Amino acid sequence: MASLVGSRVERKEDKRFLTGKGRYTADINLANQTYAIFVRSPHARASIKKLNIDKALKSSGVVSILTGKEIADDKIGGLIAGWAIRSEDGTEMKCPGNPPLAKDNVNFVGDPVAVVIAESLAEAKEAAEKVEVDYKVLKAVTSTADAINGDAIHEGIDKNLCFDWLLGDRQKVKEAFDKADKVISIDIINNRLIPNAMEPRACVADYNAASEEITLYTTSQNPHLSRLIMSAFGNVAPEHKLRVVAPDVGGGFGSKINVYNEDIVCSWAAKKINRAIKWVAERSESFLTDIHGRDHVTHAELAVTKDGKFLGFKNETIANLGAYARVFGTVTPTYLFGPCATGVYEIPAAYTNVKAVYTNTAPVDAYRGAGRPEATYTIERLVEKASMELGIDKTELRIKNFPTAFPFKQTLVHTVDSGDYVAGMEKAKQMADYKGFEARRKESEAKGKLRGIGVTSYFEACGIAPSAAVMSLGCGVGLWESAEVRFNPTGQVTVYTGSHSHGQSHQTTFAQIAADELGVPIENIDIVHGDTDKGTFGMGTYGSRSLAVGGIAIVNACKKIVEKGKRVTAKMLEANPEDVEFKDGEFIVSKSNKKKTIGEVAFACYLPGVRDEMKSPLPEGDEPGLKETSFYDPSNFSFPAGTHIAEVEIDPETGHVKLEKYTACDDFGRIINPMVVEGQVHGGLAQGIGQALYENAEYDETGQLMTGSYMDYTMPRADNFPEFNIGYTCTHATTNPLGVKGCGEAGAIAAPPTVMNAVIDALGGQEVTMPATAEKVWKACKNLKKSNAKAA
Amino acid sequence: MKDFNYHSAKDSKEASKLASSSSAFLAGGMTTIPSMKLGLATYKDLIDIKNIKKLSGIKVSGKSVTIGAATKHVEVSNSKDIKKAIPSLSSLAEGIGDPQVRNRGTIGGSIANNDPSADYPSACIALNATIHTNERKIEAAKFFKGMFETALKKGELIEAIEFQIPEKSSYQKHPNPASRYAIVGVYVAKHKGDVNVAVTGAKSCVYNDKEMSKALSGNFSSSSIDGMDLDSSEMNSDMHASADFRASLVVTQAKKAVDAC
Repeated sequence: MASLVGSRVERKEDKRFLTGKGRYTADINLANQTYAIFVRSPHARASIKKLNIDKALKSSGVVSILTGKEIADDKIGGLIAGWAIRSEDGTEMKCPGNPPLAKDNVNFVGDPVAVVIAESLAEAKEAAEKVEVDYKVLKAVTSTADAINGDAIHEGIDKNLCFDWLLGDRQKVKEAFDKADKVISIDIINNRLIPNAMEPRACVADYNAASEEITLYTTSQNPHLSRLIMSAFGNVAPEHKLRVVAPDVGGGFGSKINVYNEDIVCSWAAKKINRAIKWVAERSESFLTDIHGRDHVTHAELAVTKDGKFLGFKNETIANLGAYARVFGTVTPTYLFGPCATGVYEIPAAYTNVKAVYTNTAPVDAYRGAGRPEATYTIERLVEKASMELGIDKTELRIKNFPTAFPFKQTLVHTVDSGDYVAGMEKAKQMADYKGFEARRKESEAKGKLRGIGVTSYFEACGIAPSAAVMSLGCGVGLWESAEVRFNPTGQVTVYTGSHSHGQSHQTTFAQIAADELGVPIENIDIVHGDTDKGTFGMGTYGSRSLAVGGIAIVNACKKIVEKGKRVTAKMLEANPEDVEFKDGEFIVSKSNKKKTIGEVAFACYLPGVRDEMKSPLPEGDEPGLKETSFYDPSNFSFPAGTHIAEVEIDPETGHVKLEKYTACDDFGRIINPMVVEGQVHGGLAQGIGQALYENAEYDETGQLMTGSYMDYTMPRADNFPEFNIGYTCTHATTNPLGVKGCGEAGAIAAPPTVMNAVIDALGGQEVTMPATAEKVWKACKNLKKSNAKAA
Repeated sequence: MKDFNYHSAKDSKEASKLASSSSAFLAGGMTTIPSMKLGLATYKDLIDIKNIKKLSGIKVSGKSVTIGAATKHVEVSNSKDIKKAIPSLSSLAEGIGDPQVRNRGTIGGSIANNDPSADYPSACIALNATIHTNERKIEAAKFFKGMFETALKKGELIEAIEFQIPEKSSYQKHPNPASRYAIVGVYVAKHKGDVNVAVTGAKSCVYNDKEMSKALSGNFSSSSIDGMDLDSSEMNSDMHASADFRASLVVTQAKKAVDAC
């Protein structure tokens, strides 16, 4: 039987998605359901003086209106940060309360203050307009860089500072800088982004008065984790009385990790009114209230010798958390950021200092790449600048500082098990025709255009993560994953995974893995996920962990099935279990022609007896049935890496940046399905290039979101991209049995610095902030013309 | 969206009769419907004019192209006759919005709305269009009055737009990267005798840039407007483009248009 791992198996999920048969949360309608509309703060910062629902209650069709008072009276808990970070001085981080419905204060535009529940959506909307809220508007704090100097927006949190965190050794770094021939320094902004999943958030909550069970259908990347948080912190219901179902979910990118206000409020309210409640976000609510991503202001320095060896690295960053600290809000700018900020280089001394601040903006949390795009942007912009200032070719300078031996003990935290960064660079250069660039630059110049080339070499730490390691660093949960492999008596297989697919193709790739492990045809394997009633437990999907953690749990559960199968076969065929081999779905007694198929074994496990004989196929100690579970806790992160090269052409008259070529050469370890991986790379690149050239979430000084619709927030479109030139090198991960590494975030991590390095190269080294919009680039072109004229 | 009465008019007369101070004509609904959904506009009556046969269609004569008000952008961009007579007009239509918009939105709706960054108004100015309504004929130069403001009276319905066929023409747009409306769009048309340089997106309303028109009427070459320093004091300024950038883009796009003619 040919191995399915490594082949372009067509997606099992495509038929239902392409024929409109997907079942998303908004497709779910329950008998007698009501509709919820949230009344949201129009102000970025205000105290609530009075909230009057009298008029709204009289509006037609209203079933109930609930406010922050009722939720507080019922002792429903608030939203939480999932990771405790300690400041450099040893103090614990400071987090404000974040009630699901604000009672006294609102802290960003969109912060909900009440929920209106009515018989129809139109009636709920109508009534919501009649809720009267008397706000005392306060001066908003919106600037990342200046938040420390603004009014304290949360009581008891001085300087709006959640923590002031340090990773690394300042003294060692000082000594390294003292020895340097040259210090390269850079000031950069990592622009705020809005995730923009295609499917807006939604939930449908139901209460069964007989079983006293709440069922919540919701757009989540991690239903079990949501249930845990809603039970343990939200006090909504004990875990055994709360079922969370995340059916088909149309994209997450991190924005659907969090338990949101609406999940808690609708679940709690459904029990209160004893009816189902449906809420579906409008796109403008998504813009305002989905978590946002990035938003860093950074000063970084690199100490170098004159021949280009890196000696030391400093990173001083202010990270905007938005109004509240959410699930991955505090770890994203710390442990997901700091360790990766030294990049793929041997740098003897380094530190990263992060001040995380609160502002009156939407909460900022993990968005595709989470911390690693910010880290890679910092180091790769700095290295590119170093190459310009030292006059050393940008690829040579990188190679000079690559580690050559693996495992590579990276400066700050990680031990990278495998990789070959030089091979990745050489292949990328070849794919991009790096040598031919100067000729292409001249061609562009002849047309009156400016051409630039940019390079990024990255690694990232994903496949999160070893539980003991992350819990020692403050994580509130372990980050293992579970799988359950269930054979039916007639031989088909259901695999339950605690991972969640919201575009990642698990239904296909996980089935490929199980098919290879069990020797069962892929059409006889179903992957089930997304329902707390169907599987043991799961930590969900984020941080490129599904395959490297969840996939391994499946492998391990399959291996347990095979072990049991060997014992059963041995009993049935009167052989020693040690003599039974398993291959392509058959258990074969070695040196004989005796064998059983895995289907026969499964059948025997479920029907363990024979007519007219008192005989069981099950060895002593083995129970009937064929079902195995695995909880897999990884021993290390996984470390994909690669080199990307971009070429841009700029029209100096309009400032228009045309991305001419984009080459990505990645090392993702073993690839399960090349077609799916290409899709992941394309998607990541689109978002990364989007950050570099198009996307920007902008608030005005009063805290109003200026880019609250697609009229102003530039989502990139297909015609913004060239055909991507994608290739791979492959070093297998040594820390998991499949040899796999994560691939979902790489594009979003590598693309921003790659594109910006190309833009800045074309502009003769002038700094431009992301996104490199036409006007910014036009101004830089004018400056360039002036300085060229002066030089001439 | 608030409740409203929906009417489908069978001819212009009925449409006009149904019109009141709290009604709106509905063609493609590309602006009307989103405005109503966002609560920015409320109407008691929506009068659908899409089913009025007379309002759709394209007629080309030796001197002009006449397009019915309810003709969709996609019909203009696909019309072989228009491609032959005024190719720049079909390429303008091809660059409006996205496929969904082009398959719903109409030329009459765009002109009646007079969005300061819409594409079609510049074509009307550059191509010396005549706006035919159910009551009269209005010259384009007198039709566009200001931001979202036209010479149309309440209940007056655009029936067709008649464009003069130029010797040469080109429309060049620097689109807003998000909405793809024009940050600046410049429609250059060379007629026998004079040149029009119609500019959209730059100011509160479409206009004919006299200075460039004059220079190009004298010498129809991009060199005659190269380096022209336009007054930016009345130009729009927003987060996508400052007034100075727009002023520069007007010249750049005009030059591109001339070169493309």
